Amino acid sequence: MNLAIRDVRHNLGRFALTAVGLGLLLMIVMGMGGIYKGIEEDAILLIDELDSDLWIVQSETRGPFAELSRLPSSVEDRALTVPGVSDARRFVTHTVQRVHQGRPIRISIVGLSWPEDRGEWLPILSGRTIGQGHFEMVADRTLGLAIGEMVQLGKDSYRVVGITQNMISSGGDGLAFLTVSDALAVQFDSVGEATRLERAARRGRAEHTDIVQSQPGMLERADLPAKLIPALGSPTVSAILVNVKPGVDVESVRSVMDGWADVTVYSAEEQRQLLLQGPVDRARRQIGLFRVLLVAISAIIMSLILYTMTLDKVHDIALLKLMGAKDRVIIGLVLQEAFLLGGIAYVIAYMIGGQLFPFFPRRVIVTTEMMIWLAFAVAVICVVGSSLGIRKAMGVSPNEVLS
Amino acid sequence: MKTTTHPPAIETIALSKTYGSGNTEVIALREASMSIGRGEVVALLGPSGSGKSTLLSAIGLINPPTSGQIKIDGKVIMDGPKAYVDLQRYRRERLGFIFQKSNLIPFLTALENVLISLSISGVEGRPAKRRAMELLDSLGVGDRAKNLPSALSGGQQQRVAVARALANKPSLLLADEPTAALDSKLGRQVMELFREIGHENQAGVLVVTHDQRALDVFDRTLYLEDGVLTEHHVMPGKIG
Repeated sequence: MNLAIRDVRHNLGRFALTAVGLGLLLMIVMGMGGIYKGIEEDAILLIDELDSDLWIVQSETRGPFAELSRLPSSVEDRALTVPGVSDARRFVTHTVQRVHQGRPIRISIVGLSWPEDRGEWLPILSGRTIGQGHFEMVADRTLGLAIGEMVQLGKDSYRVVGITQNMISSGGDGLAFLTVSDALAVQFDSVGEATRLERAARRGRAEHTDIVQSQPGMLERADLPAKLIPALGSPTVSAILVNVKPGVDVESVRSVMDGWADVTVYSAEEQRQLLLQGPVDRARRQIGLFRVLLVAISAIIMSLILYTMTLDKVHDIALLKLMGAKDRVIIGLVLQEAFLLGGIAYVIAYMIGGQLFPFFPRRVIVTTEMMIWLAFAVAVICVVGSSLGIRKAMGVSPNEVLS
Repeated sequence: MKTTTHPPAIETIALSKTYGSGNTEVIALREASMSIGRGEVVALLGPSGSGKSTLLSAIGLINPPTSGQIKIDGKVIMDGPKAYVDLQRYRRERLGFIFQKSNLIPFLTALENVLISLSISGVEGRPAKRRAMELLDSLGVGDRAKNLPSALSGGQQQRVAVARALANKPSLLLADEPTAALDSKLGRQVMELFREIGHENQAGVLVVTHDQRALDVFDRTLYLEDGVLTEHHVMPGKIG
């Protein structure tokens, strides 16, 4: 005869409410794990999707995902000259926040090296990839943009031609893909007055140099856009992505590039690890500690619940002992109720979590491994939580029936 | 006293129980000796604090005596605090308990309350159910088998408790003021029930009671005062 099920049936309302409460707590534990997994997946998603063998970044920096990285776009041409390289692409990324249709919108812009890279690798949900060199964008659906919608960035408007799914930056912002030149135009956009002031200042500085006094024609060039003046053109792209030919050893290509003093080269795996150990690591530790706290709180709450449930049955336990019930009958009663409570709470956590998590602003990824881990944690909580109750039950004297 | 070839269901020899020590020492039981034969129904009287519960818990193998022997079915079970058998098993197989309150487990039905006693003794399935229903039917509560204790009257609850105590065919039935919560008519019915049970099942029955109106139901009456046990009143010819 299963005493635990009968006791639960007798106190169904209280048990159900307790299970729901514990289930919600477990759902938060599960959600915290899912949020971390989401951050991790989002962080490395772009690196994985770009699928390049080598990342060339600004010298002594850890790449565009960890810190600001700027290098001349000419590095792309230099990379292509290395034996074994099949292709090299410019990569630009930066985040902008604009007001679109009256609401703030935060976009993580990624520049595609058009026309070599048109974004065929993007997970397109609807629409198409970029089809022209300017004024088109592919946006992630989390940005809330629709196909055909025009988005004003800088001085230009960009038409949304495709929608992607789950393309999120490590900061949690939706990604928008433009051509590299459009991405740079957005990044270095400045208002007309600022441009005029800059040119005036440039002319002023030039007038006091010997070379302009001897060659006045150079003064005219001071009015040109900065990128057209070799001496003033600043490094613009975030990284150069390199793929090697099939069968070529990546390390041999890398060893050549490592000889270039003005850049630093990483493999895709190193870039991934730098990202995970950098910005994502702090979030991981924060969430991890929070999860440990939640598991401990769950265990304490469950212990208290099971202890209270045992206290309610002290008289019945004393009676069972008086009747000669073996210890395992009593322990089984407490332990079975603990596992029943934990099991139901686990199912509730899974079901409610499955319904709620899609509405979270950031991706919550609950994996099978995570569910197995949680099941194991719940089992441990059940055993630890019931130990107080079992201890109390074991201490009950049959004499208590006579009192 | 009943003459039988069987050894007594229970026998105590110079049973003493002392609580505390020094200035706080309390002697609850002073060399109490008695025996109850199989089929004998005995009442135990005594004022509050006389040591009735101590004697009952010692005989019930719950609270060991300080000195003296307890024999069940002729076998020495305890000598002072030392036990010679697995007391839990002996309680399970040889003793039945009935209390002032029915002490039914509230989350089990009447039938399940009887079944749990059988289950603890390892009797499960159909034979257990048949035995439980037979007992409930014989005690007049078979039609309430599926009811929870909360749906039963006090008398019905006590009958279910009796059925539970009898489930394992104990050789000794111990009852602690079983009619205290019942009216006098129902109380007498329960006492008569004990007598029937004792005789029919050949079990020794010891009933602690304050109700002197139903003493004629018993074969013998023991009296306990200040821990001293005496034969109070003998009603010969009641047995057999």
